[in-house]
Amino acid sequence: MAKDNNNMETIIKSEQENKETDKINKVVLQTNKLTKKFGGLTAVNNFDLKVSQGQISSLIGPNGAGKTTVFNVVTGIYKADGGKVLFKGEDLAGKKPHQIIKKGIARTFQNIRLFSNMTCLENVMAGQHCRSREGTWSSVLQTPGQRKEELEIKENAENRLKQVGLWRWRDELGKNIAYGNQRMLEIGRALASNPDLLILDEPSSGLNDKESEDLIVFLKSLLKEDLTILLIEHDMNVVMGISHWVTVMDEGKKIAEGLPEDVYSNPQVIEAYLGKDEEEEE
Amino acid sequence: MRIFLEQMLNGLTIGSFYALIALGYSMVYGVMKLINFAHGDLFALGSYLGFTLLVWGNAYATVTFGIWGGLIAAILIAAIGIGIAGIIIERIAYRPIYSVGRLPAVVSALGVSIFLQNIIMVIWGPRYQAYPVSVVPTLRFEIGGIHITLLQIVILILSFALLAILYYIIQKTTFGAAIRACALDRDTAALMGINIETIIFFIFFLGPALGGTAGVMVGMYYRQISFTMGWNYGLKAFTATILGGIGNIPGAMLGGLLLGIIEMLGSAYISTAYKDVFVFLILILVLIFRPRGLLGEKVAEKV
Amino acid sequence: MKLNKNIKEKGSIFKNWLIIIVVILFVVLPFIINAYWVDVLFFFGIYALLGLSLNIVLGEVGLFDLGHMGFMAIGAYTTAILNTTFGIPIIILLPISAITAGAFAWLVCSPIIHLRGDYLCIVTIGMGEIVRLVLINNPFGITGGPNGVFGIDFLSFGGPLIIDSSIENYFVIWIVVGLTILGLINLQRSRIGRAWNCIREDEIAAEATGIDVRSYKLLAFVLGAGLAGVAGNIYASKLMIVSPESFVFMESCLLFCIVLIGGMGSIPGVLIGAAAISLFPEFFRTFAQYRMLIFGAAMVVMMIFRPGGIWPRKRGAFKVESLLIKAGEENG
Repeated sequence: MAKDNNNMETIIKSEQENKETDKINKVVLQTNKLTKKFGGLTAVNNFDLKVSQGQISSLIGPNGAGKTTVFNVVTGIYKADGGKVLFKGEDLAGKKPHQIIKKGIARTFQNIRLFSNMTCLENVMAGQHCRSREGTWSSVLQTPGQRKEELEIKENAENRLKQVGLWRWRDELGKNIAYGNQRMLEIGRALASNPDLLILDEPSSGLNDKESEDLIVFLKSLLKEDLTILLIEHDMNVVMGISHWVTVMDEGKKIAEGLPEDVYSNPQVIEAYLGKDEEEEE
Repeated sequence: MRIFLEQMLNGLTIGSFYALIALGYSMVYGVMKLINFAHGDLFALGSYLGFTLLVWGNAYATVTFGIWGGLIAAILIAAIGIGIAGIIIERIAYRPIYSVGRLPAVVSALGVSIFLQNIIMVIWGPRYQAYPVSVVPTLRFEIGGIHITLLQIVILILSFALLAILYYIIQKTTFGAAIRACALDRDTAALMGINIETIIFFIFFLGPALGGTAGVMVGMYYRQISFTMGWNYGLKAFTATILGGIGNIPGAMLGGLLLGIIEMLGSAYISTAYKDVFVFLILILVLIFRPRGLLGEKVAEKV
Repeated sequence: MKLNKNIKEKGSIFKNWLIIIVVILFVVLPFIINAYWVDVLFFFGIYALLGLSLNIVLGEVGLFDLGHMGFMAIGAYTTAILNTTFGIPIIILLPISAITAGAFAWLVCSPIIHLRGDYLCIVTIGMGEIVRLVLINNPFGITGGPNGVFGIDFLSFGGPLIIDSSIENYFVIWIVVGLTILGLINLQRSRIGRAWNCIREDEIAAEATGIDVRSYKLLAFVLGAGLAGVAGNIYASKLMIVSPESFVFMESCLLFCIVLIGGMGSIPGVLIGAAAISLFPEFFRTFAQYRMLIFGAAMVVMMIFRPGGIWPRKRGAFKVESLLIKAGEENG
């Protein structure tokens, strides 16, 4: 997994729990004045985002702020109406989702999108599709090269399953496992593609307190793999617990960003979540 | 010019047949998201029912009530009979399958279609049947140099009347709004208190009833009917549905009329042999370049 | 765990023996029944091949293809026309028909591959009909119109090996079917087959997981069409005549039903479905008129009581060993 080193633009100073206070973080993902409209509705409005390598960044904001839309544009599901998305310095414009995951961005969905009638193992094996290459003819004939690659895919998938704690469910159909496990399965599938950047859309949604805690621990462990993580989250415990950097969105625009504690007490952010006083409405 | 207008007239006539059949497809698809493959065969069945009534007892109906009386009776019997058939089919073949998935529903619909087609063949025989000349009005006029028959006039008036009534119901009444709501989002509509049962009853009665009416009219117009006509007309009517925008009822009407005109003009000016190919090509082009049809709304999927 | 493993092994052994018995039966059968039934089994084989070809598109990827006979027609007519006009041997025309049908599928499906399920269904119906209608209308005089093309040669491998009897045709089709089954099972267990199934489950998730959905859908159509073209070639040389009547919409419907009634994506299911379609009418010869009636009703009943199909696909690690694949990798 070679890291792209050209076109690094910004240096972010960050104060984190580990002692490398002067560590220079490269920007892995950034959006410049990103805009997306749906008919008359501007869902994302001149939105700037920066995600630094090796960190966990969170994107928060009230419902309907446009957070998932940003993810969808970044991962190629929607086309931007304006602005740019740069991943490791490369412009992602016009790329389709399957090309983007190959570049190193893997994602999960807000409403879990598993391959329900396939086993957990098969789901995670699917995640490696972009990292494997055997084609139709070698598959039909089951050439030695193809069989070797298939074995590797299976072993990698089994390791990932163990990593997300779903090894015992490997032969169970995706739709039959518990909700919390389905979330982890989706993460496992995303991890199987060996991404540089993992984008998670509300990963703790629907999880109970214990499961959320386990998720926090798990996400932190991922940082050891040289992974960068970008989250959409509503659960403030998760956001505060693990984020190095928080960006806040409301009505398509960025209204604040910074360290978790600073954002948490930002009056504009509070207003966005709790609503304005009647007299102040525009 | 004269030929053009005559062809337009023919086109409108055929188009109104397509429109009446298309309504059945559109209503059912809109609300149930099911392509009712059997609908075309219900149309054919209506044609045969009308035929049977008019021929029975040596054209008893026509003899007793006169040509127009006989025709009205035929249309009524066909409409009501096929409407009932539609309800029965929904109960037996579709209702148990809704929850299972789209694909089994398609197979079931195909099964019903095969069943109906062959029932017709078993009862009435595999060869063509024909509405006898004696039960059909033959008066012809010439208006401004254009040939037109009384039958055409009646068909056009009747069709447009039915379409207008249905348009009014769908667009202007509360009940129609309920139907449109179901077409957009059935589950939410149910939660809002709309009685889905009634809606289903309505669409599975009225759609086929209109199809049956069209069947009698086609029988009167072309006089020759065969058990395979359901398939032929059905597919074209479905093209009309797509053309207008599936699930959209005024769209089905517009699509039907338009398709009839296009087909007639195509057959007159381009080639009769390839006219069906022409129709299918239109279907494919519409689906490629404007899949929502002329009047349909763009529906984006939320990711 | 150990008990489970024992049971699985026993099941695997049982299935191996079942396969061997079935194969022996197939080899011996045509010599002990009369020629009429051998022909019936030939058509069973054709339907099986067609069902398998449609299974790629419909069963694995989940694309509603109701015009599949159009591809067979392309293959059959390619064979018929090139053979009767230029005398090209049937055996050479086999791959040519497959390629022609596949190329046609690629050309024709590229602009429409993105369409949603029901709409794709309608378009495929239209495509199938367009093929048939064009064939009937005898463009440039090459397709023979409604009467079709006749005088097609036998399949010949050169020298004394000419396939001109019922029994020989029977073996040809079933060998092809056998090879196809092996190839398809291999595909099912590969990343290609996996990608197809992912597309069927959730297109958007599949795309986000790295699968080029558009290319894989096209691949399925091209492969399915190619196999259908092969079926067309064998069909043409056996019958020595092809006509548009053989490729009507009802046949595409039957193929559709074969895949569905057998069990989507399930290869044994497709075989059962093909058997049902081709053998079913034979057993109802006395009720000739009512055959299709019962068939239609049977379709409805099946969907009500067993919508998963007669032999639904079992997911997960395959326990049946393909005879050409060495054992061992499965339990890795």
